[in-house]
Amino acid sequence: MRHDHITSAKQLSRADIEGVLDRASEIAADPSAYADRHEDALLGLMFFEPSTRTKMSFSAAMKRLGGDIVDMGPVDSSSVKKGESLADTVRVVEGYADALVMRHPSEGSAQMASEFVDVPLINAGDGAGQHPTQTLLDLYTIRENAGLDDLTIGIMGDLKYGRTVHSLAYALTNFETRQHFISPESLQLPRNVRYDLHEQGSSIKEHTELDGILPSLDVLYVTRIQKERFPDEDEYQKVAGQYQIDSELLENTKDSLTVMHPLPRVDEIAHDVDDTDHAAYFEQAHNGVPVRMALLDALLGGDR
Amino acid sequence: MTDEELRVSKIENGTVIDHIPGSQALNVLAILGIDGTGGETVSIGMNVPSDRLGRKDVVKVEDRELSQSEVDVLSLIAPAATINIIRGFEVVEKHRVERPETVTGVLQCSNKHCITAEDEPVDSRFEVLDDGVRCVYCDSITRENIAAELLI
Ligand SMILES: [Zn+2]
Repeated sequence: MRHDHITSAKQLSRADIEGVLDRASEIAADPSAYADRHEDALLGLMFFEPSTRTKMSFSAAMKRLGGDIVDMGPVDSSSVKKGESLADTVRVVEGYADALVMRHPSEGSAQMASEFVDVPLINAGDGAGQHPTQTLLDLYTIRENAGLDDLTIGIMGDLKYGRTVHSLAYALTNFETRQHFISPESLQLPRNVRYDLHEQGSSIKEHTELDGILPSLDVLYVTRIQKERFPDEDEYQKVAGQYQIDSELLENTKDSLTVMHPLPRVDEIAHDVDDTDHAAYFEQAHNGVPVRMALLDALLGGDR
Repeated sequence: MTDEELRVSKIENGTVIDHIPGSQALNVLAILGIDGTGGETVSIGMNVPSDRLGRKDVVKVEDRELSQSEVDVLSLIAPAATINIIRGFEVVEKHRVERPETVTGVLQCSNKHCITAEDEPVDSRFEVLDDGVRCVYCDSITRENIAAELLI
């Protein structure tokens, strides 16, 4: 992979993606072979907004490569609180680590930060923008369960604000996939995402109901619809209720259907789905570790 | 005012921007950051009959030449504009605007969650699309009415 920084799933070609996923498969098959690969390396964690799980996943990945982490800690105890610019913060912190992982509430923050540092920077989420390692672990999970080519996928829920959805939909245009988008009208894909998918030659098939297309799906990717997106509780209950799945609904699907969710879930997926063969969301979360190991390995010069 | 009259009311030093689409002159001034408070002498012709454009606007600014960033942004709202640099009452340079691949500075991203809206040491930067611009930082696209959406 030729990239210095990973700020967006859009920068990743099919070859880049397959390179990371292949390496992740190797790691998952034999983690001990990688256990001392980056013994002296330090990963700097800069989380300007809390995301305990993403942070744990990166920490685990770095430690399983034999390296260690240095953590900026919560924002309220750092100089950011005192009004330091992000450009200054990253230029200081890059001196402490061999690579940086950053989550920040402003969109485009990772792109900007990457312009100020020489060490590799990985975007772990920039507001409603990009979260490329989530995309890679999603792709890995899809590949393991259903394959990435000749795939019919349904992506359901909050497609307007859900950044995981935007990155995933874009990345899937590198493969032979048929994408269906299922959401309430008020939460359909935003304009810039439509534009990108169109530019990539992907035809966007949008639905307000899951019923009609459910039997054709190989993968159903469910996301949470947040209460804050609706004017009142009643409206939320009415709308969100139409985008929830349970084991009964899944009786009318392919036996091989894979159900995914970036987690945490609230009630989009009933607990009775967990025990079916369809459920892949916990495996999906666990896949974050080998995938992040593979990415860190590539950025830290694993091919040396 | 006719095209002929505009051409004859010469300025000594400065810039004449011609062939602006009708009614865009005020947006051109906004791009140049001119709102009158800076004391520049500015003449504007609006909706002047034009063979090429039907109606066009013309802006003359005295004692001011345009930066490349300003010319780049100008191309977005006035793709057919010509820029005449005047020194000592003579046109010393005349060029058409060209649509660049990116524009830097001048515009402000309309996404209020964009990092460029924060107090950071970066200029805004936009990729120029066929029918709009896209912020290279936050990816948001502005298509219609670029001047109204993106000028500060
Ligand atoms: Zn922006």
